[in-house]
Amino acid sequence: MGQTITQKILAAHCGKDGVDPGELINARLDLVLGNDITAPIAIREFEKIGAKTVFDKDRVALVPDHSTPNKDIKSAELVKILRDFAKKHNISYFFEIGKMGIEHTLLPDEGLVGPGDAVIGADSHTCTYGALGAFSTGVGSTDLASAMALGETWFKVPEQMKFVYYGTFPKWVGGKDLILHTIGKIGVDGALYRSMEFTGEAISELDMAGRFTMCNMAIEAGGKNGIIAPDDKTLDYAKGRTKRSYEVYASDADAEYVDVVEIDVSKLEPIVSFPHLPENAKPVSEATHIRLDQSVIGSCTNGRMEDLRIAAGILKGHKVHPDVRLIIIPATQEIYLQSIKEGLTEIFVEAGGAVSTPTCGPCLGGHMGVLAEGERAIATTNRNFVGRMGHTKSEVYLAGPAVAAASAILGRIGSPEELR
Amino acid sequence: MIKGKVHKYGSNVDTDVIIPARYLNTTDPDELASHCMEDIDSEFVNKVKPGDIMVAEDNFGCGSSREHAPISIKASGVGCVIANTFARIFYRNSLNVGLPILECPEAVAGISEGDELEIDLATGGITNVSTGKTYQAKAFPPFMQQLIELGGLINYAKTKLGQRQ
Repeated sequence: MGQTITQKILAAHCGKDGVDPGELINARLDLVLGNDITAPIAIREFEKIGAKTVFDKDRVALVPDHSTPNKDIKSAELVKILRDFAKKHNISYFFEIGKMGIEHTLLPDEGLVGPGDAVIGADSHTCTYGALGAFSTGVGSTDLASAMALGETWFKVPEQMKFVYYGTFPKWVGGKDLILHTIGKIGVDGALYRSMEFTGEAISELDMAGRFTMCNMAIEAGGKNGIIAPDDKTLDYAKGRTKRSYEVYASDADAEYVDVVEIDVSKLEPIVSFPHLPENAKPVSEATHIRLDQSVIGSCTNGRMEDLRIAAGILKGHKVHPDVRLIIIPATQEIYLQSIKEGLTEIFVEAGGAVSTPTCGPCLGGHMGVLAEGERAIATTNRNFVGRMGHTKSEVYLAGPAVAAASAILGRIGSPEELR
Repeated sequence: MIKGKVHKYGSNVDTDVIIPARYLNTTDPDELASHCMEDIDSEFVNKVKPGDIMVAEDNFGCGSSREHAPISIKASGVGCVIANTFARIFYRNSLNVGLPILECPEAVAGISEGDELEIDLATGGITNVSTGKTYQAKAFPPFMQQLIELGGLINYAKTKLGQRQ
C-alpha cells in the first residue's frame, strides 16, 4: 500500500519506511515555535523539566506577535519572559518588535520552514506551513516545553483525507473562498484528527499566498494538518529563502484515503462565513444585506503581499464608507515595507483606512480594532467565534481580501463586482 | 473515583468561550478559572464545585491551541470532561496538563444538566447516579496511560532527558 505525503514525512522523521494511521510515533522535529501567549507557559514548564538548555538554538523560534507592540503591562511582562529566555539560551530566532511579523507568515518567509520538514508550534495555525509540503501542526504549551528540551514529540499518525479541486477560478475567487467553502461543506469537525491533503488543477493554479491561506485554516475543520505537495511554485518560493536543505515528497498513486472530496471551483462565488462558526459559509450574494462597522484585512490567514495587492486594487480611487473603520495589517515588516514601496500604503490611507504595524491584534480581540456590543465586522481572519473580536454580542463575518475591501467601501457586505 | 454534578453544553464549544482572549494576558490558573466559560455560561464559575463534571457534545475545545483553556477548567475544580469528541489540540493539552477527559457518546446522550455522576478513570466506567445507568468510555491507549502514570508530559520529558544524560 502506498503512502501519502504526510505519512512519508512522518516516517522519515521517526526512522521508518512507512507509518500507518493510528500508529503512535516519536518524531524528530525540524523547528518548534512559540508566541507571546503560549511560550510563557512553555518556558515555565521547560524549567521544571530541568533541561540545561534548548535542544538546538537554531531550531526554536519565539515570535511575540499576539499582543504586540505590548498592549498593556501584563502583555509586556509576557513578552519580556520570551525575550529573557531567548537571551539566556542564545536562541537565534527571537523576533523583536520592528523585525517581527505574524509567526505563520514570518517563519516561511524567513526560510525557517522548508518542504519535507516536521514542525510543531504552540499556536493552532501552525498548520499553515503545509503549503510548503511540510508536516506542521499546532500543539499546546506543555508540548512546546517538552519539544524545546527534547527536539522530538509524539504523534498519532492521522487518517488521510484528500480534497480535489478542479475547474477554473471565477473572478475574485481565491484560496480563502476555497477553504471557507470546504469547511462549509464538511463542517468544523469534518476533518477531526485527520490530515487534509489539497490537490487538483485549481491548487496548481493557486499562488503560494492562496496555498498558505488554505493550509492555515485546516484546523478550522478540525484537521491535524493541511498539506500541498510541492511543485515549481513551491520550489521557486523556497529558493533563496529556505535556510536548511529540504526534501520534496509526494503522495503515491495508491496511497489510502478515508475520504476523497471533490470540489468544482468554477461554480464558486466569493464566500462569506457567517457568525459564529467558520462552517457557516455562504456565497457573498446571500450576504449583501449585512451592514458593517469594521473591516479588517490582515492576520496569518490573509496578510500577505498578494492579499494587500488585491485589496489595494479594489480600494484605489474609492473612499471607505463613513460608517466603517477599515484596518489593514501587513503580516510582516518585509510586507509592510514592500507595500510602502509599491504605493499600496498610500492607497489605503487615501481611501481612509488605518494601516497598522504587524500584529495578530484584532483577530483574537486583543487590541488594534476590538468590537463594541452590537458591532459587526468583516474580516480576512480565520475565526468568527462568539466574542472573538471583542464584545460577546459583536459579530465577525469571514471573507477573503477582495470582499473585505469591497465591503469597506460599500458599508455592507458585498462583492467587488458591485463597484463597477 | 470522581464524583460530581453535571454542567452540560452543546457542540463546538470553542476555546474562545472557554477562556476569552481578553484574559490571555495572565497564566495564573486561579485567575483563568475565575473567567472560565464566562462568554457561554456566565453563572458557571459561581455554581461549579470541586469534582463537578463537564459534559458536551461534538468537537469540544475547538479553535485556538491555548492551554489556558484546559488549565482554566481544571483550576475551576472540574474533575473530568466527557464529550462525544474533542478537538485534537484540546485533547492533547488536557492530558498534558492533567485534566482527565473521556470520549463517550452513549454517556453524553444519557446525561442531563444537574445529574450526579461517578467516574472511575482507571476503567473508563461512568455511572449516572441520578438515573442508575452505567456507561463505558474507551480506555486510554497504552502510551497515554504511561504518560498519565508519570504525571503528565513534563515528568515524561524529565524521565526521558534523564535517560539521555
